[in-house]
Amino acid sequence: MGLIIQGVLGAFHLIFSGNPDIIEISLRSVKVSGIATLIAFVFGLPIGLVIGLYDFKGKHIVRGLFNGLLGIPTVVLGLILYLILVPLGPFGSLKLIYTEMGISLGQAILVLPIVISLVAGSVSLIRSEIRELAITLGAGELEASIAVIREAIGGVILSIVAAFNRAVAELGVALMIGGNIFVKGSALNTRVLTTSIQMYTARGEIDLAIALGVILLFIVFGVSMISNVIQSRLT
Amino acid sequence: MTLIELKGISKQYGSQVVLEDINIEIKKNEIMVIMGHSGAGKTTLLRIMALLEPPSKGVYKYKGNPVKINGFFRKKVTMVFQSPVMFRGSVYDNIAYGLKLRGIEKKEIRDKVRNVLSLVELEGTEKATARKLSGGEQQRVALARALVLEPELLLMDEPTTNLDPTNVALIERVIMELARKNNTTVVIATHNLFQAKRLADRVAHLYSGKLVEIGDADKIFENPGVEITQKFITGELRSE
Repeated sequence: MGLIIQGVLGAFHLIFSGNPDIIEISLRSVKVSGIATLIAFVFGLPIGLVIGLYDFKGKHIVRGLFNGLLGIPTVVLGLILYLILVPLGPFGSLKLIYTEMGISLGQAILVLPIVISLVAGSVSLIRSEIRELAITLGAGELEASIAVIREAIGGVILSIVAAFNRAVAELGVALMIGGNIFVKGSALNTRVLTTSIQMYTARGEIDLAIALGVILLFIVFGVSMISNVIQSRLT
Repeated sequence: MTLIELKGISKQYGSQVVLEDINIEIKKNEIMVIMGHSGAGKTTLLRIMALLEPPSKGVYKYKGNPVKINGFFRKKVTMVFQSPVMFRGSVYDNIAYGLKLRGIEKKEIRDKVRNVLSLVELEGTEKATARKLSGGEQQRVALARALVLEPELLLMDEPTTNLDPTNVALIERVIMELARKNNTTVVIATHNLFQAKRLADRVAHLYSGKLVEIGDADKIFENPGVEITQKFITGELRSE
């Protein structure tokens, strides 16, 4: 217990003293996962909308597939991506292994099903009544679909938040694709919050691990709270 | 003058036949009440007329021409549902939606919204959140949202079910005024016989997906032509 209290006190000291390494690692985490969320959103939103708005053959299989992928173990995805992205792998020439962009792409793949499933789910919940209402007021198919999307905005925001939080809090992809590289002043660093927490814990530097854990929690709760405010304003 | 014509309309969901060979002509500016028990096919018939679903068989004509699902007729017909569905946002947003789709200017939209709100006795509620209104008020917003478009054909599916008598009276008064003054043809589906008597110029009686009788309201209520309608009016008919 004493170790934990000591660690927490040391963590707050590190946070409020403005440790440059901690700031750099935290900002990198937000940046890498932010890019991952953006990529997942750009691809996931249209896919989720199509699944939510339209009926087509095999729709249940597609939805089931993406729902199944929600729980993919990050280490398994990390391993697959590692084998693909290493220099001798099929996409080795892209030189993404041990880079920030490599982590972002890996995390984007990880959170893509979250965006798709939540967008499709929220759209399909309200699709029928809002679409029909819009049509009876003179909307065409496109205008009716836009009306449905506007009504499902809460679900869309939730998908972004859930995707970001999953990305920023995952370890497997960041560790296996990023490699937890950190050299002071280097532009090629890939260390993020989760890989640092794992490393400092393994090394016994508990105060540092706790400090980074507290920051990670702040980021996750902060993003959720901001999204709640936006959602309540919009809905 | 005949506004719309349904010829041989049938609707089937899988093996279940919901409507069978429905033939109805609806005249311009009349209030036609489609009455029948729950499950008789009234809502399905209205949904076909509102272009929300195609018939399995038959022809739907507007002023003598077959209606196309995405044609211009879509902007001439509107529907009020049994349970009011509100868009997110204010009462103004809800009522202005259809007007915006028609490219009407902002100032004109503001005036029209104000006028129609006055008609349904909801003056000054433009900024209120639509979904926070009571059920009766939401139904009046739904009616205002349909009326503001000045439709040629207004379809209403059990519009006053679950409403208190004050809201029922208000909605019925608006419907009557609308048909008399605005040249709007109104089709109302209801199982409420008293409402049908109060509102209808003509009545169509649906039973188990079949049109059993159609004619002038006075004549049908006083002297129904078929036994099944007689039993419906006297309350002896049970739904199938």
